[in-house]
Amino acid sequence: MSNFPFLSVLTVAPLVGALVVAVLPRRRPDLAKQVAFGWSLLVLALSVVMWLEFSTGGERLQFRESYTWIPQWDARFTFAADGIALVMLMLIAVLVPLVILASWHDAESSKRSVPVYFALLLVLESTMIGVFAAADVFLFYVFFEVMLVPMYFLIGSYGGHQRQYAAVKFFLYSLVGGLFMLAAVIGLWVVGGKTFDWQALTQVDISTGTERWLFLGFFLAFAIKAPFFPFHTWLPDAGGAAPAGAAALLVGVLDKVGTFGILRYCLPLFPEASKWFAPWALALGVIGIIYAALLAVGQNDLKRLVSYTSIAHFGFIGVGIFAFTTQAGTGAVLYMLNHGLATGLLFLVVGMLVARRGSALISDFGGAGKLVPLLAGVLFFAGLASLALPGTAPFVSEFLVLIGTFTVNKPVAVIATLGIILAAAYVLWMVQRTTQGTLNPALAEVEPMRRDLNLREKVVVAPLIALIVLLGFYPKPVTDVINPAVRATMEDVGRTDPAPEVGGVVQEAHR
Amino acid sequence: MTELKLPSIDYAALAPILIMLSAALLGVLVEAFVPRRHRHPVQLSLGLLSVLAALVMVIFNADDRLITAGGALAVDGPTLFLQGAILVLAAMSLLLIGERSVERGGAFVAHAAVTAESVEDRRQAEGSNGATEVYPLASFAIGGMLIFVAANDLLTMFIALEVFSLPLYLLCALARRRRLLSQEAAMKYFLLGAYASAFFLFGVALVYGFTSGIPGRPAGVDFATIHAAVTESPASQVLLFAGMALLAIGLLFKAAAAPFHVWTPDVYQGAPTPITGFMAACTKVAAFGALLRVFHVAFSGAAWDFTPVLGAVAVLTMLVGAVLAVTQTDIKRLLAYSSIANAGYLLVGVLAPSKDGLAGTMFYLAAYGFSVLAAFAVVTLVRDADGEATHLSRWAGLGKRSPFFAAIFTFILLAFAGIPLTSGFMGKFAVFAPALDADQAWLVVAGVLTSMVLAFPYLRVVVMMWLSEPGESTPTVAVPGGLTSAALMIGVLATLVLGVVPGPLLDLANGAAEFVR
Repeated sequence: MSNFPFLSVLTVAPLVGALVVAVLPRRRPDLAKQVAFGWSLLVLALSVVMWLEFSTGGERLQFRESYTWIPQWDARFTFAADGIALVMLMLIAVLVPLVILASWHDAESSKRSVPVYFALLLVLESTMIGVFAAADVFLFYVFFEVMLVPMYFLIGSYGGHQRQYAAVKFFLYSLVGGLFMLAAVIGLWVVGGKTFDWQALTQVDISTGTERWLFLGFFLAFAIKAPFFPFHTWLPDAGGAAPAGAAALLVGVLDKVGTFGILRYCLPLFPEASKWFAPWALALGVIGIIYAALLAVGQNDLKRLVSYTSIAHFGFIGVGIFAFTTQAGTGAVLYMLNHGLATGLLFLVVGMLVARRGSALISDFGGAGKLVPLLAGVLFFAGLASLALPGTAPFVSEFLVLIGTFTVNKPVAVIATLGIILAAAYVLWMVQRTTQGTLNPALAEVEPMRRDLNLREKVVVAPLIALIVLLGFYPKPVTDVINPAVRATMEDVGRTDPAPEVGGVVQEAHR
Repeated sequence: MTELKLPSIDYAALAPILIMLSAALLGVLVEAFVPRRHRHPVQLSLGLLSVLAALVMVIFNADDRLITAGGALAVDGPTLFLQGAILVLAAMSLLLIGERSVERGGAFVAHAAVTAESVEDRRQAEGSNGATEVYPLASFAIGGMLIFVAANDLLTMFIALEVFSLPLYLLCALARRRRLLSQEAAMKYFLLGAYASAFFLFGVALVYGFTSGIPGRPAGVDFATIHAAVTESPASQVLLFAGMALLAIGLLFKAAAAPFHVWTPDVYQGAPTPITGFMAACTKVAAFGALLRVFHVAFSGAAWDFTPVLGAVAVLTMLVGAVLAVTQTDIKRLLAYSSIANAGYLLVGVLAPSKDGLAGTMFYLAAYGFSVLAAFAVVTLVRDADGEATHLSRWAGLGKRSPFFAAIFTFILLAFAGIPLTSGFMGKFAVFAPALDADQAWLVVAGVLTSMVLAFPYLRVVVMMWLSEPGESTPTVAVPGGLTSAALMIGVLATLVLGVVPGPLLDLANGAAEFVR
């Protein structure tokens, strides 16, 4: 089984599913939904098998496959996954079925083809898996760009208010970053001896000036994708306009491509430049944490608010990456996973609220907990996970980032800690204004607001809540996978720290 | 009196050219002797068959690397690759030209001599069958292009330029509807084209003067002599630079590079759409084929001198094309500006003086030709009672009315925008990589920046088609006849296949990327 081509099959399988779903008759939307859901479960099952096959003490890149593609440029279909990629692949595999389930009725209100909506979700899954599984720079770039297309149509065709504007802005921002990266990819190819193989390119010596330019090309693309301050303005628009399911994938997974790209490409390929630019990246991260949190406090639109919280969280991830300690790095990667779970949950729950109310404005809610107590409870839990309450998974990662950063850069760690306080402010205030307090009389008149979570929605939120709690108390299975990959990445940058075992630190933190 | 020596002619190597030109002559005879109602099928089959026969001969000659006809024509790798590309794209264009089921009588006017906008004209626009003279004209143009890319001296090149330009001027004027616009386009194209030809000819004369400076060697305008003169001549280089600049003006005009691009949007808009597609695909291949040969074979010794100038032209072309495309409201003008910007990207490839650069440029030419023909094929289909509906606002909601064609057009636009898994992306990579390898990073950066700008107008069309609601005036998409469908499918499939597996065509281009001198 260990020779099974997991990564290529995982990349292609959702695409095949998408084709199947797309050709299903439009008049039978339920069939399309069931096939899409079943297909995503198959992908999940295969991912679980792959997770079990991954050997934590083994090589850095596992499940390597390589097929000829364009011999003239030495571009190959090379797939391989390290621990970081594996965790992200798992996150995708878990989130997509839940998103499909949560989006069950989303497409119907849009007057557009329902099967196409689910087909687009599967296409998106395929390209996202491809991005994380690629070990060939050219292939990575291809997936990085193609990924925009399904998301563009998900936002543009099925989104809410201002969807056209949001979709175009999303596409153009990402494309701008992508094209800078294209120039850098070509540059890397030229100085790297005309190969795209990631492993070969890590061995290449690049002159300092060139290295810095190439780093900038890649970093800009990833900073827009992530997004880091000041390249973030597309995310609130896109997140606000996208249908809730697509938004959960957008913020939960798609944006992680940015931070993943920094870890996989910027740091190992351009170690010197990474160190040189690290202070700037740290500054962007810290500014992002504070600035986005302040903006989140002021939002009156639930989906935009969640988008801003994400930008703050990406600030944390950025700080964790550029602190260059194993602890902070592991924390950052763990954060990528936990943020996907927590914010994914938050977006989906908010989506359920918004679908019932028909509006995303916080001022249209008020006392919703009296009508839908269970839903309000889940929203509260998701909010607490998002502000990194101890006992939930994000706490572990945020804490790791902060102590890992504190050992090397005290001011950054101290300022970043302020972000936790602001997080409490925006989350608790949002929860208070929507679900607590006196019941908004207008709310009681909205008929769907009287229906609490149904079975389908319970099935959507239960696994996420379970995972958040489980990883909050016992993150070891994940940190074991992440740790070697992060340590190898930090060694690429030439930073080794005498930090204690991360597993041990986590346990101490909890005692 | 010296004895007249006949040059040796390799007829097999010249067969594609001879086939196309004889087919054109035969077409003229068909006009004279075949009854009117039979002319259309006869002409169309004659055109397609001759193109196919010429293509077969190109494939048959694939291994030829020779100079023949007294040094006038070079049949080498680039010639054969570009001739093949021209012939394939010309076959697609002929399919579009021959379409008669989308509009009754086809896209061409029945009697060009009837006064435009008169009662008589309106009557013939309603139903008379289009003129069949377009086929011999197109065959002449194709034949001229085949010579143009093979020309091994400047005079042959000039004659080929005229042979393919004159029919094109005429073809531009033959639109069935909006005839004044069409005639205006033809007039502009003709006048500006004539100026460009004059510049070219003047350049030939100056270069001839320059070559007379080499001791012990007769003056001449064949590329070997020019090459020798550039490297050896002790004469002043003023003649060379002036001549080179004038030649470049003539060629860049045909290639639609800024600042010699101003004719492009008007002509693309006014010409009958199949002819617009033909010009956007085949003329571009021919013009860049000639540019490549002139600058890589004849003037390669002066690369240090012309690279900065041509580089500036490339940057300007990309900028003008991209920025002005943003403001367009007519789909044909938008595609025209996009074609200008693409000329800029192609120039980036021309300025990479390596085998890879040459191969990349040829790959780009072929890939772009397929996509642009498919794009214009879609344009011929979106129509209302007055013919094609080219104003962008009319395309709103097209995705609802006919999702299939909207999806195809979206795919082509994504290819133009350079999104991976389309030939557009592979083409960009194929020209940018050698340019960066040749230390022309500034051209690549300019290319990348303008690509960002250019993405916006493409995206706007996508938004129009899919995200806007259809209005009262959203036109219908005509059901394409077999010919248009075939051309459209070839174009779209080529765009997809070259985007997913570009290897074989790159191999072909690499194998062909060597000039004989």
